[in-house]
Amino acid sequence: MRPFGYAAPATVEQAVGLLAAEGSEALAGGTDLLSLLKDDVERVDRLVALRGVAGLSGIELDGGMLRIGAMTTLQELRDHDGAIAALPALAVAIDGVASPQLREMGTVGGDLLQRPRCWYYRRGFGLLALTEDGRSMVAEGDNRYHAIFPIGQARFVNPSSLAPLLVALGAEAVVHGPAGERRLPVEALYQAPQTAGERENTLAPGELLAGVEANVDASRSAVYEIRQRRSLDWPLMAAAVTLTGSGSRAERARIVLGHAAPTPHVAAAAGDLLSGQELTPETVAAAADAAVEDARPLSGNRYKVQLARTAVRRALGQAAGMEI
Amino acid sequence: MADYSWPEADRRAQIGARPARLDGPVKSTGFAKYPSDQNPRGLLAAKILTCPHAHARIVRIDTSAAEAMAGVRVVHVIQGEGSEIQWAGDEVAAVAAVTEDVARDALRAIQVDYEVLPHFVTEEDRDQAPGAREAGERAEGDPDAAFATAHRTVERTLGMPQMAHMCLEPHGQVCSWDGDELEVDASTQAVSTLAGQFATELGVPASQVRIRTEYMGGGFGSKFSPDRWGIVGAELARKAGAPVKLFLERDQEVTVAGSRPSAFARIRAAADEQGKLVAWDSDSWGSGGLPGTGQTPLPYVFSRLPNRRTRHTSVPTNLAGSRAWRAPNHPQACFLTMAVLDDLADELGLDPIDFLERNLDLTGRPDTYREQLTIAAGMASWKERWQPRGRRRESAVQRGLGVSVHTWGGRGHSSNCDVTVHPDGAVEARIGSQDIGTGTRTIVAQVLAETFGLELHQVRVSLGDNVYPQSGPSGGSSTVGGVTASTRRAAQDALREVLVHVAPRLEAEPEQLVAEGGRVFVDGDSSRGIPWPEAAAQIGGAPISVQGRNPGPGRLISSGVGGVQIAEVEVDTETGVVHVERMIAVQDCGLIINRRLAESQVYGGLIMGVGYALYEEWIPDPVSGRLLNADMEFYKLAGLVDVGSLEVHMMTGPGYDERGVIGLGEPPVISPGAAISNAVANAIGVRVPYLPLTPDRVLDALAGRGGPA
Repeated sequence: MRPFGYAAPATVEQAVGLLAAEGSEALAGGTDLLSLLKDDVERVDRLVALRGVAGLSGIELDGGMLRIGAMTTLQELRDHDGAIAALPALAVAIDGVASPQLREMGTVGGDLLQRPRCWYYRRGFGLLALTEDGRSMVAEGDNRYHAIFPIGQARFVNPSSLAPLLVALGAEAVVHGPAGERRLPVEALYQAPQTAGERENTLAPGELLAGVEANVDASRSAVYEIRQRRSLDWPLMAAAVTLTGSGSRAERARIVLGHAAPTPHVAAAAGDLLSGQELTPETVAAAADAAVEDARPLSGNRYKVQLARTAVRRALGQAAGMEI
Repeated sequence: MADYSWPEADRRAQIGARPARLDGPVKSTGFAKYPSDQNPRGLLAAKILTCPHAHARIVRIDTSAAEAMAGVRVVHVIQGEGSEIQWAGDEVAAVAAVTEDVARDALRAIQVDYEVLPHFVTEEDRDQAPGAREAGERAEGDPDAAFATAHRTVERTLGMPQMAHMCLEPHGQVCSWDGDELEVDASTQAVSTLAGQFATELGVPASQVRIRTEYMGGGFGSKFSPDRWGIVGAELARKAGAPVKLFLERDQEVTVAGSRPSAFARIRAAADEQGKLVAWDSDSWGSGGLPGTGQTPLPYVFSRLPNRRTRHTSVPTNLAGSRAWRAPNHPQACFLTMAVLDDLADELGLDPIDFLERNLDLTGRPDTYREQLTIAAGMASWKERWQPRGRRRESAVQRGLGVSVHTWGGRGHSSNCDVTVHPDGAVEARIGSQDIGTGTRTIVAQVLAETFGLELHQVRVSLGDNVYPQSGPSGGSSTVGGVTASTRRAAQDALREVLVHVAPRLEAEPEQLVAEGGRVFVDGDSSRGIPWPEAAAQIGGAPISVQGRNPGPGRLISSGVGGVQIAEVEVDTETGVVHVERMIAVQDCGLIINRRLAESQVYGGLIMGVGYALYEEWIPDPVSGRLLNADMEFYKLAGLVDVGSLEVHMMTGPGYDERGVIGLGEPPVISPGAAISNAVANAIGVRVPYLPLTPDRVLDALAGRGGPA
C-alpha cells in the first residue's frame, strides 16, 4: 500500500480546508476506498476522515422534511422508525445492501458518492477504460453489467443504493465548500466523465457532502431492485418511483433507474406519460416501455433493457398499491 | 490368514452412528491453526508478481529498485528475460520482505517490459480457436441407420464455462529451513506425496522434507502439488535464512490456482416408440486453459446406449491450466447428457423419470437407480406435482421440477496406519492422511473406537504429517475407503495381540473374546470379562504397535455408486432470475461410517452444485485477456439464502452395507447442474442451453434467442 497522510478534522471548516489540497480524499465508512487504495486503483496523498467531524451525522424528521447527515450509517437510517415509516422505500433500498458489515460501516454519503464497480475500472483501466488507441474496452469486451444508457465514453453504471430514490423524490444535497454551503438537486451531484481525469461526481476540490434533505410528505414511493442472488449481490437493475396524488391517479410521476447509466437515470418521458393519468396495467406498461425507449444496450447487456422495464413496472405497482 | 471385516449390524456402536466431527469446536471457535495461520518466529512474508497480459514475452526485467527497498530480504526472478508467458496471472518474480505490505510495495517497484502477443481466451466459438486439436472419433453400432429409423430425435447445442475452485484458504505454505531440513506447513490434499515433489525441485533428500497439514481450508482437487509458489517459497526461505509465508492473493487464487474445464457439445439423441434410447451423436469441445481438455465421457451413465458416435476437440486458451475439480469431467458430462435426455423425454411426451426408468438397462447399476428414483420421486411428491413443460399458472413466476442421475467410483486409495495400544489402555492411530474438511479425523477415530469397544474420546488420532505412515492424496473420493481399511486392519491386529494376553486371565481362548462397551469379555457371556484398562494392562510394560495396510477392494471396501437428484426451482420469467427452492439427493456409498458426516458431504455437494448451476463462471476479457471477476464480488458463490431446502437420503442397510466403505466426496456434486437446468426447462418450457443459469441466458432462451454457439 502506498504511503498516505491521514487527517482527522473536528469541524466542517477544517475538513473543507483539508480537502481543498490536491490529492486529498474524504474517508467516510471506508468500506470501499481502502480497498481501492490497497488494489492501487486509486492513489491519495491524504485521507481526510469525516467520522469525527461534528454535525455530519444524524436524522431529523421535521414535518414532511427528512434530513439525513452524510455520515449517518445505513444501519442507523434503517433503524430510524420515523424515517422508515415516512419513507418505507428506504428500507427496501437499504436492505438491498445484504451485508450487516456494510450497513454498519457504510454511510449515506459514502453510498451516494461511492466509486463505480465497473470491472475494467477496478482492474486499473480507468473509469472510461479506453485502450491506448482510444477504443472502448467495455464496448469490445464483456459488458454484461454495464450501462444501457451510456453517456459518451462513459459506460459504467452508478452503483448507489439510495440515489435513485432520492432523485425520484427530488431531494436536495447539502454541500459545504470553501465558499460556504450550497444546495443542489441530488441528481446534480453526478456527471458522466468524458476525459480520463474527470470524476463521476460534481463536487469541486474542497467540497464535501454534508447531507441530504427530501420532502417525503406528499408522495408515495417505491424501490424495486433486481438482483441475481438473495445473498449479498449488486442489483442488475433498480427502479425508484415517486407518485404524487392519491388513489389510482398520479398527479406527477418521477421514475429513476439505478445500475442503468453512469448517473442515476431519470426516465423523464416515462414519468411524463403517467403524470395526470390513471394508473392501470396498461398505462404502467406504457410507462415501462417509455422508460427504455431510448436505451442503447451494449453487446452483452440487452437483457438489462427487459430488467429495466420489469423494475419500472413493479416499482410503479408497489407505489400505487396495485397488482401489476 | 487373519480375517478383516466390519462388525455385524447389530454389533456396531460407532459405525453408522452420527457423532459430530471431532474438530468442530476448534474450527468454529477459531482455535484450529490452519497452515495460513502459522507464524513461526522471524517469519517473512512473500508475494508474487504476476504477468498482466494473457500472452507476452518478457523483454526486460529490472529488480534493482525492489532489492534496494528497506525491509526487502530476497527478490527472486521466476521467469526471466526472453520467457514467453501464456496466461495472465503467470508468475514472474517473487519478493520476501518483513511484512506483506512491504512485499507488495516491492512488487510494484519491479520493472518488467513485455512484448504483448495475441491471445485467445473465449473458446465458446471453436471455429475461431487457434490450435484446436481434434481428438478423433469413436463409434459403436450404426448411429446413422438408427437415427434414420428413430421415432423421435432431438438436437441441442449446450455448454458450461470454465470456473474456479475458489478455495477459501488460498494455495500456499509456510517454509522453514533448519540446515538442510525443510519444514512445510502446506494447505494440501497430499501430505504423504508432497515431500518427494519438494525434494526433487530443491535438490534435497525427501527424507529431509517434513509436510504438515493439521487443517486445511478447501482444495476440491486443486491442491495436490507444491506448485511453483511452493518451490519459490522454499527457495526464498533458503536464501533469506528465515521462514517464509507465501499464500496467494485472492485474485491469484481465482486466476491460476484451480479451474474446471469448460464443456460444449452439439448432441443428437434419438428414441424409439417405446421410449428406448436408440442413437447418440455428440460433437464436443472445451478448454482447460493452455493444455486444452480431454474428452468428456458421453453419453454419461447411459453408456451402453447402442448406436453412438462421439467426437471431441480440445481447445487451448491463454488461461492457466485446469485442475481436477470435484468429480473431474462428470458434472459436465452429466449436464450435457441429462439435459438432452430430458428434452427427448419432453419430445416423446414422457415423464422424465419414466423415460429414465425405461432406459436403466443401458446403465451400470439399473437396480440401484430404480430404487433411488422411486425414493427421490416419493420425497418430491413427483407423481402428484410434476407437470409437463409449459405455462401452468398466471404469474410471472413459474415453478418446475427436474431430475438427474450420476455415478462415481470411490475406491479407497493406498493407505497405511499405525495403531498403538498402551498398557494404560490408551489407543492411538497415526496416519499420513489429511482431513481436507470432510471429517477424516473423526472417521478414523470411529473405526478405532468401534474396534476396541471404546468411546470416541478414549481414542486419539494423529494425521496431517508425513512422519506418519504413508496414506494417499485425498482425491477421487478415495480417502474414506483407504483410511478405514488400513485403520481397521491395524486395529483388529492390535486387538488380537491384546486378546492373546488377556485370554489366560479370563480362562478363555483369544478367539472367544470380544471388546465392546468398554470391556473385554467372552462372547456370549459378558459376566466373564474385565474393563478395557485392565485388559490393556495385561500386555506388560511395552505398548503394542501394529501397522495396517489397505490391500485394495475386498470385504472392507469396494467402489461404484449411483445417485439421483431432483431440483425444484422458481423462475421469474420477467427477470430471468432462478431460485432453487429445494434439492433432493438420494445417494449410496456402501457402508456408511458416520451418517452425519455423510449427509454433510452431500449437503456440501448440493451447495457447490447450486453455485455452478446458477452463478459460478470464469469471465475472461476478450480485450485484455484477463479475468474480469477474479474476486468474490463478481465471481459469485451461492450464499446460504440462495441454496433452498436441501434434503438428503442415504441408502443404507442390506444391499448397501455389505459392499463395504465407498467414497462419497464427489458424487453429490455431479447432478445439480443437470437437475437444476432440467427444472428450469420444466418451469419455462424451453431449454436454457448454457450454465450458469444467469438472468441474461434465461431471458435469451425465453425470447427464443440462441445458445452459446
